[in-house]
Amino acid sequence: MSLLTLACALTAPADIEDGAEAMTDTTAQTTQKSWLARAADSDLWYSFVRSPVTIVSTIVTILFFVSAIFANWIAPHNPFDLATISIMDASLPPAWMEGSDPRFWLGTDDQGRDIFSTIIFGARISLFVGFASVIFSMILGISLGLISGYVGGRLDAFIMRVADIQLSFPAILIALLIDGVARGVLPREMHQDLVFYVLIFAIGISGWVQYARTVRGSTLVEKNKEYVQAARVIGIGPLIILWRHVLPNVMGPVLVIATIHLAIAVITEATLSFLGVGVPPTTPSLGTLIRIGNDYLFSGEWWITIFPGIALVLLVLAINLLGDWLRDALNPKLR
Amino acid sequence: MKADVEHNSLLTIEGMRVEFPSRRGHVVAVERLDLSVEPGEILGVVGESGAGKSTIGNAVIGLLEPPGEMTEGTILLKGDRIDHLDDAAQRKIRGARIGMIFQDPLTSLDPLQTIERQLVDTIQRHLNLAEAEARSRAVDLLDQVGIPDPDVRIAQYPHQFSGGMRQRVVIALALCADPELVIADEPTTALDVSVQAQILDLMKALCRDRQVGMILITHDMGVISETADRVAVMYRGRVVETGTTQQIMSKPTHDYTKSLISAVPRPDKRLKRFPLVTYIEDAEERPEGLNLATHWLGKVREEHKLTGNLVELKDAHMRFITRHSLFPSRRLYLDAVKDVSFAIQPGEVFGLVGESGSGKSTIARMITGIYKPSGGSITFDGTDMTALQSRAAAAPFRRQMQMIFQDPFSSLNPRMRVEDIIEEPIHFHKMAYDQQEARQIMHDLLDVVGLGAQAARKFPHEFSGGQRQRISIARALATRPRFLVCDEPTSALDVSIQAQVLNLLKDLQSELNLTMLFISHDLPVIRQICDRVGVMRNGQLLEVAPTETLFTDPQHDYTKHLLKLMPKFRGFRMPELEA
Amino acid sequence: MLTFIAKRLVQSILVMLTVALIAFSLFRYVGDPINNMVGQDTTLEERIELKERLGLNDSFFVQFGRFVVNSAQGNFGFSYQHRRPVSDLIAERLPATLELSIVSAFLAMAIGIPMGVYTAIRRNSWLSHSFMTLSLVGISLPTFLIGILLILLFGVVLRWLPTFGRGDVVQLGWWSTGMLTASGLKSLIMPSITLALFQMTLIMRLVRSEMLEVLRTDFVKFARARGLAERYVNFVVALKNTMVPVITITGLQLGSIIAFAIITESVFQWPGMGLLFIQAVGNVDIPIMAAYLVLIAFFFVVINLIVDMLYVVVDPRLRVDSAGGH
Repeated sequence: MSLLTLACALTAPADIEDGAEAMTDTTAQTTQKSWLARAADSDLWYSFVRSPVTIVSTIVTILFFVSAIFANWIAPHNPFDLATISIMDASLPPAWMEGSDPRFWLGTDDQGRDIFSTIIFGARISLFVGFASVIFSMILGISLGLISGYVGGRLDAFIMRVADIQLSFPAILIALLIDGVARGVLPREMHQDLVFYVLIFAIGISGWVQYARTVRGSTLVEKNKEYVQAARVIGIGPLIILWRHVLPNVMGPVLVIATIHLAIAVITEATLSFLGVGVPPTTPSLGTLIRIGNDYLFSGEWWITIFPGIALVLLVLAINLLGDWLRDALNPKLR
Repeated sequence: MKADVEHNSLLTIEGMRVEFPSRRGHVVAVERLDLSVEPGEILGVVGESGAGKSTIGNAVIGLLEPPGEMTEGTILLKGDRIDHLDDAAQRKIRGARIGMIFQDPLTSLDPLQTIERQLVDTIQRHLNLAEAEARSRAVDLLDQVGIPDPDVRIAQYPHQFSGGMRQRVVIALALCADPELVIADEPTTALDVSVQAQILDLMKALCRDRQVGMILITHDMGVISETADRVAVMYRGRVVETGTTQQIMSKPTHDYTKSLISAVPRPDKRLKRFPLVTYIEDAEERPEGLNLATHWLGKVREEHKLTGNLVELKDAHMRFITRHSLFPSRRLYLDAVKDVSFAIQPGEVFGLVGESGSGKSTIARMITGIYKPSGGSITFDGTDMTALQSRAAAAPFRRQMQMIFQDPFSSLNPRMRVEDIIEEPIHFHKMAYDQQEARQIMHDLLDVVGLGAQAARKFPHEFSGGQRQRISIARALATRPRFLVCDEPTSALDVSIQAQVLNLLKDLQSELNLTMLFISHDLPVIRQICDRVGVMRNGQLLEVAPTETLFTDPQHDYTKHLLKLMPKFRGFRMPELEA
Repeated sequence: MLTFIAKRLVQSILVMLTVALIAFSLFRYVGDPINNMVGQDTTLEERIELKERLGLNDSFFVQFGRFVVNSAQGNFGFSYQHRRPVSDLIAERLPATLELSIVSAFLAMAIGIPMGVYTAIRRNSWLSHSFMTLSLVGISLPTFLIGILLILLFGVVLRWLPTFGRGDVVQLGWWSTGMLTASGLKSLIMPSITLALFQMTLIMRLVRSEMLEVLRTDFVKFARARGLAERYVNFVVALKNTMVPVITITGLQLGSIIAFAIITESVFQWPGMGLLFIQAVGNVDIPIMAAYLVLIAFFFVVINLIVDMLYVVVDPRLRVDSAGGH
């Protein structure tokens, strides 16, 4: 959903290294092209429509987002409505296999819940947690990166040292630790209530370093550019300079990281849930579903775990492909 | 047809056409190009950016950047066709028969291998020599390109050499296998004037002694006039004129060549205006006769009549820490500006000249408040700027001094529209009552700098370098400053564009009675534009004198040295333009 | 050069102290250590007495200092859950995790680096394109899912390989190895592939992008313009210059392999430290968590030091005394 608008927004004033070329075809025309026309004419759109893989992954991503938002209307069953679940329907195979029930296209799990519906609701939770953690990481990382790069000195050294130390621990370990601490600190019932926030905080805090490092690097480059110095000569203060001048110019790489980070956050959430420290089975995410199904792998009921697994890989792969394309398309050196 | 003649030439290019396919159709970088080089001859290829000069060199050596492709024409080296050879055959020619020298010596050498390794490997690749023989040849080569103690220094790594020395190593590498032809692509552009002269002399001597033919690609008329035997002038992918250097410099026939040569600032005489070049696009003239009585820019500034100096530096000092350490004794400092004192009077153009690293740009940044001086005082209109504590206290003074920067590609925020760029200072200093007035002022400013109001809605990348510099000037004028600091405002521009921008600055200076600090490494430009000049070296101000006095009667040895190195470019003049 | 190494050493110690501080805070302030150690029927007097005996009434710095000294000697206290010294538990589990990690790290580098170099040099060949696509799939497959798929295929359907545990182990002093028995080696195959796959794709992609960066530099262009052989340009000039960033990246990756082993060990019920840790998280067994944290940091610091020394070997700019020039 938002990725497309995002991609278009990016194109507006694309950095073109070679000004001369751009000049020749624009100086003559006096009429102003509309925003949309310029987006359609941009290099980003050009590379987008010429990459079938990217188009397909965009469609897949949009489908996931749409079904996540409208899960209540799209899913054929409500897997959390105890009234409609019957233990009689438990462990039914997918519709094309013997002994199946046509009501359950991808079969049912051990409690008789429709797998297809649980996947839709599970993807919703996975995406929600992933998205929220990305936003959290992004805000934290961008702020610290901007400050670090622009202010420099001891503060910069301190922030970057913290980042280095954190980088020595993989995200999954940090998330596990935070979850463990939360369990230790919070009373049991409260932990149940707060589990989503703990999860978002845990995944989010483990991801800020990438943003901070990238933003700091770009800020160091941008702050020495003459347009920032020009703003200082005018007398503009550092906060406005950061907000109006530096930030828009460092957002390109940030969006690439955010896209790829969304994929990583979804995987991290799934992994935590799979390890049993993430989302509780009462509101299962894709990872929880895989964990539940894993217990039935040896008794031959593979669909309980494999279909959520396929859904997870499809979602993550689509986002990764999108991020990969975005990175190449935004990198002027590769053009 | 004329086969006999051709075979005598070292290199013959006929009908070359190079295209770069892109999504908006093929870009033709070079077309219908004919050139020839004789043994021992230096052929200068001159042109402005985008003329296709570098493409020629890359095509000859078979290293066009993909997707570039030579689609027509032939290249003959001593009668052998060398275009469209396969990779292996190309590689036998590269280095062995054709050597290449790149622009930036700092990035041309492999940082992880010793000079010896790089030389010996290149020699052994082309010549059948044992390790020891190859090494002694390498030492010889280093000796010939003027590296002292070649025996010792050969074992060193590139980072242990200075820029000029590295370029000598690069030349030695290009000469490893005694090539018949050397292509030098802007070989001295990245070097300081004094080093530049040495490298050019070295290349001249090598060509003469070894009977090597050379293609010298450059944008610099001065370099060409001092080094080349013959010149080919390029414009938009074509050679518009060829001839001996003498002939091209004194009696050019093509209009473009005339424009190009006459646009080079004269070192020997001060003119009222720079000769304006008509042949080149981008030469929109600004509206004549700006009526300052009615114009917004002419509005009285809230300034009291000034008696003394407008800007005064007293023992201004700037020290940077280059290595941080907990222990003060282990910290390293760089004193970029050492106790410099000078004063600028109202209405004058004060020039600062010096080589890179002399501290002249640092002074500009100290005056405009980008750097805080570590010692001394800077006074503006009687107020000590260094004593002002807050940004708010400094704001009224910031408004009165503005700056124009060197690099037109980084001095404008790429994500802002031109209108927002120019209106930003107007809003910040509350120079307009409402948005409508701000817009009106912005349009006026665009007119004043010769861009026109239709530029307002565009983004910086839609403009050329010269046009961007005009936008920078408009932004600087937006606060109606009294004092303008110009830090190398034209050194990133082509010579023809430089003339336009300098004329604009000159006009504005006299119309608005601006006081200016003009910083440049280019002596002829300084001579054309400044009233008084200060000469800087290593952070020190060596001498200050009225411009004409400095050029005719320099006092300091370093000034004399700089003046001696100044290209004695006496080219074609258009008297009608020099009125 | 010596100052460079010394500087890094000081930094490493600072990192270790910071991590120790976090671990200590976990240990001391998450939950009540006394409650976790004693049973329900312990009287208040006994609790106070225990608190005094454990030194929990001392000042923060004294306690932290004691924690650091104890940790340095490998003493991390008692596990709440297992009622045994944490150091014993870890010593039992360490060999399993290290064997798994080292085999995986070797796999990841031995396959990842050549693939990265190949895809950079032959950027437009179909093989490179398929490698790149495969690597994206590899990155998109969560480690635990790879494990499950392997178990399903080779364990459940084909029944070729064991699906859990280490198989038979041989005791060499305190070190237990599975590398010397057939069943031990067979048990190692799936977990090591599972663990290696993600790192491998990551290393491959990073090597590729670094190498492409180097191939665009002026000195590579200049080497080509001197007619040097393509092999020489690629492997002597470009690869050597790629090694500096690659060493950093792989160093970081190797550190994270040990931590990533948590997932693999959990899928395959591999009796290593990761499994111990994940159980500790579930049961809020703080001493084990703290010890694991310190241990991982220690591995990371050691790997980083090795990386720094490798830098000095590769890059002459670091070898020369830092006082000169840049």
